Amino acid sequence: MRAIERSDVEDFLFHEADLLDQWRLPEWLALFTDDATYEVPCTDLPPDASADNNLFYIADDRFRLGERVKRLMKRTAHAEFPHSKTSRIVGNVRIRGRGEDSVDVSAVFQTFRTKDGTTDLYFGTSNYRLKVDESRIRISEKRCLLGGEGLRPHGRISIVL
Amino acid sequence: MQTDSRQPAILVDPAQQIFKVARRNFTDPEIFKAEKELVFERSWLYLGHASELPKPGDFVSRTVAGRSILFTRDSKGTLRALLNTCPHRGAQVCRERKGNAKSFQCFYHGWVFGADGKLRSQPGEDAYAEGFKNRESSNMQAVPRFETYRDFCFVSFDRNIVPLVDYLAGAKEYLDLICDQTDAGLSIIAGTQEYSIRANWKLLTENSIDGYHATTTHASYFDYLMNTTDGLAGGMGGGGYGYDLGNGHAVLEYGAPWGRPVAQWIPAWGDSGKQEISRLYDNLVQRFGKERADRISRKNRNLFIFPNLVVNDIMALTVRTYFPMAADYMVISAWALGPNDETSWARKYRLNNFLEFLGPGGFATPDDAEALEHCQRGFNNAKEAQWNDISKGMGKERPAHNDELQMRAFWTQWNAMMFPAPISSIKNVAA
Repeated sequence: MRAIERSDVEDFLFHEADLLDQWRLPEWLALFTDDATYEVPCTDLPPDASADNNLFYIADDRFRLGERVKRLMKRTAHAEFPHSKTSRIVGNVRIRGRGEDSVDVSAVFQTFRTKDGTTDLYFGTSNYRLKVDESRIRISEKRCLLGGEGLRPHGRISIVL
Repeated sequence: MQTDSRQPAILVDPAQQIFKVARRNFTDPEIFKAEKELVFERSWLYLGHASELPKPGDFVSRTVAGRSILFTRDSKGTLRALLNTCPHRGAQVCRERKGNAKSFQCFYHGWVFGADGKLRSQPGEDAYAEGFKNRESSNMQAVPRFETYRDFCFVSFDRNIVPLVDYLAGAKEYLDLICDQTDAGLSIIAGTQEYSIRANWKLLTENSIDGYHATTTHASYFDYLMNTTDGLAGGMGGGGYGYDLGNGHAVLEYGAPWGRPVAQWIPAWGDSGKQEISRLYDNLVQRFGKERADRISRKNRNLFIFPNLVVNDIMALTVRTYFPMAADYMVISAWALGPNDETSWARKYRLNNFLEFLGPGGFATPDDAEALEHCQRGFNNAKEAQWNDISKGMGKERPAHNDELQMRAFWTQWNAMMFPAPISSIKNVAA
């Protein structure tokens, strides 16, 4: 594995946020490995809870993540039609651990979403496992830990965090 | 509430198959205020499930109809629903959301209470009258009424309300069907979905028992199902019906193409899944015979218990309750239930099923929320465009699950509680 620095990770995460803000979801999906997971646990669970025996908000394997993207690009995904406008800030990026071909990364996110005259803020910490090879970085795990108590007042995670 | 005779809250004419609901019921702050007293303070309201408190000393704190409630299992194992307020000067005694405690200390002046709400000690006891601690008024107050049915725990703020089991009326049969899925009992699975919708709470009541909206509102979910099952061979809702269960409760019961962890297999679950589902099904046949086993395992139920509890026995088992915070804003809490003897395979698929449809991150619930919020926005025109129509299926002897009988059951009860008939008409009935 090539030596990867925090600035490489930051560039990657900023790119990810930019794709999401532009609703370029199929390109965003291509950032994930074939066995990737994307998870958002409920806020009353411990950060390392398993989706196999705890209720989450989102626990996608790569297949369902692909279906999520397909859905969100349709007019019939009513909650996101027309698409909301979003603005993401990713910060406090840290490399938490290094494996043979991966790094574990944490970052704080603040995502503003505006639709129909209402703006909501989603905030929290994302924990990533990033697979790194010579040519690129890909996401094999992304877990978003919401910072608030529950999902009020926004009430839904119809966007990708 | 005072009836404004020029503006009824609902308009009903069975002969002409008319059932209309005034849109101001969703927007009027006066109605919102009156509902607190006339609906929420005169109903049984879901507090929690007994499985959330398995051991003595377990507690959760919860808000029900604006009240702060401490739900505990005391040292003798008895479930208690206490008003979470110190009898001394009113502070909330418990400020944690859940846990296990031998006692609860109010941090303001240090009074200590048992999990049964009884005052154990207070600093400076010698400055109080003799026997002060033995006065009932020195204890944390219990909610006026607390009763349970098959581990579903309810409170009421109306001392004179009928017993829970009578209140449940026809809903009891459906709770039984759900609880009979297993003889090992059901438990709430860890993880609470706590969300909100910027809409009137009654819109969620309607939506929860609305079999009519699925194919359009949830078109993208059914697209997804097409990709995961072998198409919609089972059809959406074949042979389904809606039922008025009395006291404002209602249910729709129907067949559907998705997999059910107890117990309807789909190809995506593979051969090992097939074996597990057969085992669960055979067990039900053994316990109840084929007819009831088929009903328990293959039929779906969206059960509504007036005014604000939904128990969905669909691709997963869910409990959902919601409360209005304003005429146009509600908060919702939702949980997953599962059998205590469920294998880890089935538990995983249950939760997987739950998340693909349900909840704020699912493929369906966000679109429901969007629909409800856009109804609420549409109701801004209520002064001119005054009425909702829920007459679908009125002429049928047996309305289907995608008719609107369920909603009519709700609104009839709501109207009776909000606008009780004037005395004169009761006399007429008596005469």
